[in-house]
Parts: sequence; C-alpha cells; structure tokens
Amino acid sequence: MSQRRFCGILNTAISLPKAPRGGRMNQGKRGLIVSFLAVPLLLYGVFVLVPYIAAMVFAFTKWRGLSANISFNGINNFIKLSNDSNFLNALSHNGVALIVLPVCIVGLALFFAFLFTQGIRFARFFRITFFFPQVMSTVVVAVLWSFIFHPTIGLINGTATALGISGLKGFPWLGNASTVFPAVLAVTIWQAVGFYMVMFVAGMQNIPTSYYEAAKIDGATPWVLFWQITVPLLWDTLRTAIIFLAAGAMDLFALVNVMTNGSGGPSRGADVLSTYMYQTAFTRSEFGYASAMGLVLLLIVLGISLVSMRLTARDSLEF
Amino acid sequence: MAIITKSQQKSPAPAIASGRVSPIALIGKILLYAVLAAWAVAVIFPMGWAVLSSLKSDQEIFFSPWSMPQQLLFENFARAWTKAQLGAYVGNTLLVMVPALFFTLLLSAMVAYVLARFEFFGRDVIFYTFLIGMTFPIFLGLVPLYFVMQSLRMLNSFFGLILVYIAYSLPFTVFFLTSFFRTLPKELAEAATIDGANQYQIFFKVMLPLAQPGLVTVGIFNFLGMWNQYILPNALMNNAGLDDGQTRYVLSQGLYYLQNQQQYSNDWSGLFAAVTIVMIPTLVVYIIFNEQIQKGLTAGAIKG
Repeated sequence: MSQRRFCGILNTAISLPKAPRGGRMNQGKRGLIVSFLAVPLLLYGVFVLVPYIAAMVFAFTKWRGLSANISFNGINNFIKLSNDSNFLNALSHNGVALIVLPVCIVGLALFFAFLFTQGIRFARFFRITFFFPQVMSTVVVAVLWSFIFHPTIGLINGTATALGISGLKGFPWLGNASTVFPAVLAVTIWQAVGFYMVMFVAGMQNIPTSYYEAAKIDGATPWVLFWQITVPLLWDTLRTAIIFLAAGAMDLFALVNVMTNGSGGPSRGADVLSTYMYQTAFTRSEFGYASAMGLVLLLIVLGISLVSMRLTARDSLEF
Repeated sequence: MAIITKSQQKSPAPAIASGRVSPIALIGKILLYAVLAAWAVAVIFPMGWAVLSSLKSDQEIFFSPWSMPQQLLFENFARAWTKAQLGAYVGNTLLVMVPALFFTLLLSAMVAYVLARFEFFGRDVIFYTFLIGMTFPIFLGLVPLYFVMQSLRMLNSFFGLILVYIAYSLPFTVFFLTSFFRTLPKELAEAATIDGANQYQIFFKVMLPLAQPGLVTVGIFNFLGMWNQYILPNALMNNAGLDDGQTRYVLSQGLYYLQNQQQYSNDWSGLFAAVTIVMIPTLVVYIIFNEQIQKGLTAGAIKG
C-alpha cells in the first residue's frame, strides 16, 4: 500500500518469466484460470484502472463535480499550472525533498550499516531501535513530532531552555514559514533511516569477506574498504534505495497534512504537490484542475524513475 | 540477529576490534559509539517523553514538561479510549483490515498462481497491467476514485473501503507472490494430479500451504500498509466523523481529528495518552516479531 515502496518496482527487471510449458490446456485449467482471475480483475479494474484512466481525461476538463458541466478545455489547466505560484511553491518543496532526503537518509543509513558490519557491541539493540520508527504509523509519528516541536510544551524548546539557550523559548517551529518544511524533512529522515540501514546490512551480507581480507592484507583502511569494496558491490541496493526515496519525496502527504493541520503550513511554507492537489480537489472542488496536477505528478514520478535508473546504471557486479 | 553475528564472524572489524589499540583508534571508537548512541536516544527519547506525559496532568505537562509525573494518572487512558473514541477508531480499523487483508492475500495468491503456472491468452497484458498499478501515484486516481465510490454509493462505508484496500494492495502482492510461486516445485502439483486431485484441490491443498512463507512476508507488508493507511480513508470516509453519533473514522484519521480538536479542547494529557495507546502495542508486536518484520519489509523492498 505504500507509495514509497511501490515505485521502486521500476528498478527490478520487468519481465514475466515463461510459465512452465505443461502442454495441453485442458478444461480444468481453463475453468481455474477464468474463475481465479474474474474477481481480482473486476476489483482492480473498477477501483484502480478506471480512476487512473478517468484522471487522464479529467485533466483536460474544467470539471467541478457537477456532472452536467463537463467541458473540455484542452491544455488550459497545464498553462494555468505553469502560472500558479502556489503550485510552483509546492513543487519547489518537492524538489528540495528530492535532494535532501536521498542524500541524508542514504548517507546516514550507509554509515550505520557499515558500522554494523564492523563488529560493534549492542548491534542487536541498535538495529531494533533504529528500525522502530518505520513500523509506527506516519500519522502517529506526525502527531508525536507536533508535540516535540510545540512552542511551549515541546521537547526541543524545553531542551534548549534546560541547556541555557533562551533564544528558542516559545519558538513556533511549525508556525514559522521558514522552519516548517525543514522540520517535516527532519521527521522524514528520523523515520526512514532505520529501514534503509537494515536494507543495506542485508545487502552487505552478500559481499564475500575474502574481498575485505585480501584488501586488509594490502593494508587498506576502513575508509578505503568502504569506498572501494562496500559501495561498488552494494550498488544495486543503493540504486533501489535512491529510487524509493525519490518517489517518497514526491509524496509526503501524511506528514505535511498532519503537522500543518491540513493547511500546508504558514504562508504555505511546507505545501507539497500532494497536499496542494488534495486541497484543490476536496476543498475547492476543482476536480479537473486537480487531475491535471495528478498527471504532472505521474510524469514527474516516471521521469525521476527513468533518470535515476539511467544515472545509476552500471554493470551489475557478479560475485 | 543472524545477520549481524554472521557478518561479525565474516569480517572481523578492521579498525574497531583490532588487538592493538592506538589512541587514535580509541578516539574513533568512542566517537562511533557516541554517534550510534545519539541516534538511539533520538529515537527512544521522544517516545519515552510521550509515554511519561500521558501519565501527567495537563497542568504538569504545561508547566513542568521535564519532571516525572507526581502521580500516575491512568484515567488519561480511559478518557482517550472512551471519550475521545479511540476504542472506536481501533475497532473500525480492525473491522476494515481483517477482511481486507484476508481477501488481498487470497485473491493475490489466486492471480499469482495463475500467472506463474499457466500460459494463456492475455497473460502478459494482465501482468503488465498490475505492474502499472504499482508504479502510478495513488494521488492521480484519487479524484475519479471518489466519484466511482459516490456512484456506487460506497462513500463512508466500511464495505467500500475494504474493496478499495484490496484493489490497491493487489499489484504489489500479486507481483511478490508471482515470483514466489515460480520457486515452488511443480513436481508436487504433478504428483497431486496423478493422485486424482483437480486443479482447485492442487491450489488449495498443495500450493497455498506451500506458499505460506511468502504469504506471511507479504502479509506483514500489507498489514503495516493498511494499518498506516491515511490518504484513502481520508478521501473516502470524509463524512464519517462524529456528527452521526457513530464514528467511522479509522485510527489514522481519528488521531488526526483528535489533534485538530486539541486546539480547542486543550486535553493534552488525553492526546498524549492516545498516542501512547497506539504506540505501545506496535512496539510490543515489533519487539516480538522484529526479525520477521525487518526481513519481510526489506525483502519486499528489494524484490519489489
């Protein structure tokens, strides 16, 4: 159900392997095939495919929900989007997330994962702890961090005051246009690092120790081991992670929506494409216009996946 | 744990665990542990603070956010559970999730089995159609989905939400299980045919039990996804609040609603209690099953 993970699919080999050739397709098999596919395909068609196709049609209308009133207006929605400062503002936040999230999350997760393969104490404790935010509901995480960022009762300002920093007393982290989006990004990083760390640890397990041993005999430092062995041999996993995170950067709905009470933040300081689109559709009933945003979102997500696959394409190393 | 110990044995510590401890290595070691400990604190501390606050009075939360609670106010939990309707939200979530999860796994296994085992007309088209559903952002289809649900009279209905959860869980689950079914030996199916089993018996009595490990993995994945689902209920159960007396909000919506209400009612302790009530069972389940959950989620990520 998670968009973030679903989008990673583009990374894997997309092909259906040949089914075992059993020869004759007898009556029993045909009945089984039809009866097994009927219900799932019906559900999938009605609730997934039809909406996706309809959205692509809606994107070229100025429909506002009154069925008598569907009129096509060509690419006008897209022209309007290119002049919509709220849309461009939201998009710029996605753009920032697109850089910040992969860099910070992959960097930290890789660092922690590498430490874990170096034989540290309490590894089990750290691994369980770091992963936990990942299994917490994003809404719970968002509510929890709204407390933490709270101007008066919040943990951050409280800590600052306790440490003798008086300047932050009563500072509204989520009520300030310039700090609300960094706050959202910090929470995203807090939640995601453990997941990618575990993913990288699993990938590092597949690297033969003989590589490290040979390099160590040659006098390689951990720094050299990391860059010359770990990173190149982990490349496929890293690529998957980057594509996941890039797709995740285009979402961010739950965190932004909860942490800003559905407003997108003061002066739209944390508005992202998904939250602006949601408001356009469900608050302002501009369904055609919102669908146009959805189409732009789709094109961006597909574009990012293709670009990151290209940029990170290397020959897979066999080992 | 297996992961860590294995790699520990495989690559014994170039810098950290080496016999000679130079001062620089020692400083490095301390720094590394300091960073790890700092992140652990960053994870644990906020949660611990929330649990502590859930046992305080509003006065204490407001005027001494740092102190230990003077007396443990467990009535905060009772208030959150009943008055703030948290119990109802949990009930609604389970009411939607249990059938949604069951039918997602059953229907996906059926599709995956057929895709993995038989060649037939349209097989590739079906496979790629599911693949597309996995790639497209849910937000693109959200507006028309709302109107599909409206015309089927399924807005604000649990039944409708169950069907939508199943439909949106199908692509990934089918994809995951298709590759899983391909790994199962087909000799067993052939043996069952010789024993006189029909196609349905082969599936339900032979293949489905064999697919159990795959079903568990993808089941955990879907469980967390549905438990955390926010956007779909938000759009489709948007008029199911408290007005009609019986809330139909699921947990994620309910928490958001409580947080919004908070601005007016100022029941801080109740809200902290609500967060704690949701957090603690997750934590307990996670600590018990952390191995499977971590494996399931990352395997799903790597394969999917």
